[in-house]
Amino acid sequence: MDSRSFASLRMTRIKLIRFTAGEIYLEKFKLTGVDLWYNEFKALHSINMSIGANEITAFIGPSGCGKSTLLKTLNRMNDLVEGCKITGEILLDGRNIYGNIDVNLLRKRVGMVFQKPNPFPMSIYDNIAYGPRTHGIKSRLKLDEIVENSLQGAAIWGETKDRLWRSALSLSGGQQQRLCIARALSVSPDVLLMDEPTSALDPISTSKIEDLVTELKQKYTVVIVTHNMQQATRVSDKTAFFLLGEMVEYGETDRIFSMPKDKRCEDYITGRFG
Amino acid sequence: MRNKFDRQLEQLNNMLIEMGALIENAISSAIHALEEQDIKKARQTFALEEEVDQMERDIETLCLKLLLQQQPVARDLRLISAALKMITDMERISDQAADIAEIVLLLAGTPYIKKLEHIPQMADAAIKMVTDSIDAFVKKDLKLAEAVVGYDDVVDRLFDTVKNDLIALIRADSANGEQAIDLLMIAKYFERIGDHAENIAEWVVFSITGKREPETAE
Repeated sequence: MDSRSFASLRMTRIKLIRFTAGEIYLEKFKLTGVDLWYNEFKALHSINMSIGANEITAFIGPSGCGKSTLLKTLNRMNDLVEGCKITGEILLDGRNIYGNIDVNLLRKRVGMVFQKPNPFPMSIYDNIAYGPRTHGIKSRLKLDEIVENSLQGAAIWGETKDRLWRSALSLSGGQQQRLCIARALSVSPDVLLMDEPTSALDPISTSKIEDLVTELKQKYTVVIVTHNMQQATRVSDKTAFFLLGEMVEYGETDRIFSMPKDKRCEDYITGRFG
Repeated sequence: MRNKFDRQLEQLNNMLIEMGALIENAISSAIHALEEQDIKKARQTFALEEEVDQMERDIETLCLKLLLQQQPVARDLRLISAALKMITDMERISDQAADIAEIVLLLAGTPYIKKLEHIPQMADAAIKMVTDSIDAFVKKDLKLAEAVVGYDDVVDRLFDTVKNDLIALIRADSANGEQAIDLLMIAKYFERIGDHAENIAEWVVFSITGKREPETAE
């Protein structure tokens, strides 16, 4: 699957949607009957869900409930885990990502930001230029532009523009995390997956990242795993609650946090689970 | 589990029950003061009103502390926000009981132009509404809360009756006018107490269902 056919596919879908009356709604991911095993252990049970484009979707649930596992299925990070087997179907813009596609291209379109900031031990500039270079961009002018735009997009340009050639490791934890977001943006993805992106950060860095996430949704689809209930209420449009590998409840965040339907979901978000 | 939080919510419930009891006392001392032209009872109403004011501040403080410390969501958030709204109406009820007691002081020593009949019924109805709405809150009893919302009509009808009686008395003898207007004010205060009790019940419905408009209010 090359990038052009992905693009033309998206154009077709956008055209289709524009003809429908009322709210314009693009479905970014559609999951149908997704089961996942780590060897004998079944970690996900028949997940069916649809993730809207330009929406922020939060995955919540106790440790070991499968939320991070599910997140990783969205850009096939689980391919790297030995003994991992997936059945069911995951469509990205209508195409099965477990079908015959270029996984590198998939991961370019679906970027990921991890719990612990993981900048490469190289300069700030090279951290951002790394991805575009591997995708064949050599022009210095073009790379300069990408670096600036990506750092702007991750709201860290002002803090780094005068030290682009300094080591990325010289940045603070919160800056490193925004650098990682910038790095994910450098390859012009559609989707950003975030696995507890603020759990290692102080409150100020956390609120910067949260503001950033809210802005990113203008251009990107964001799926965020979080253990912080207040964070889910602050940033997300939709929330999915997982328990023991099942998706127990999924809906508008405002509703989930005011009137959850499932008792297990209510017990979890009100801290009475166990 | 959240033992400390659950204990704090229990404390909130108890404080609301206590504030509810103070309000019932305020209404009943106001009506007794009126019926028996008892100045001592009227003064008791003022004291109760002050206690209610203090209680309102204490409950507010607890609710704000809970919002800050526990960052409640779902049923906890509904319960605490409902409590914060309810106490405003509860405080207004005790104000109105005190307003009634003030008129009682003005009327003291003057014989009534008619036997008090419907105003005490309004007081009974108002007390019942307050008791039931607090009860519904504590027991999370949706049916009871909705019944309280409906019960306000009883108070409204009694108010109309009192008003018509008083108009007739003024027609019969304009000298009745001054006291008739005082009594009408008292009836109006009870009618407002009924409205506040209805508001309380609506917040109880919200804390149970998350819905702002009770089904019965269509």
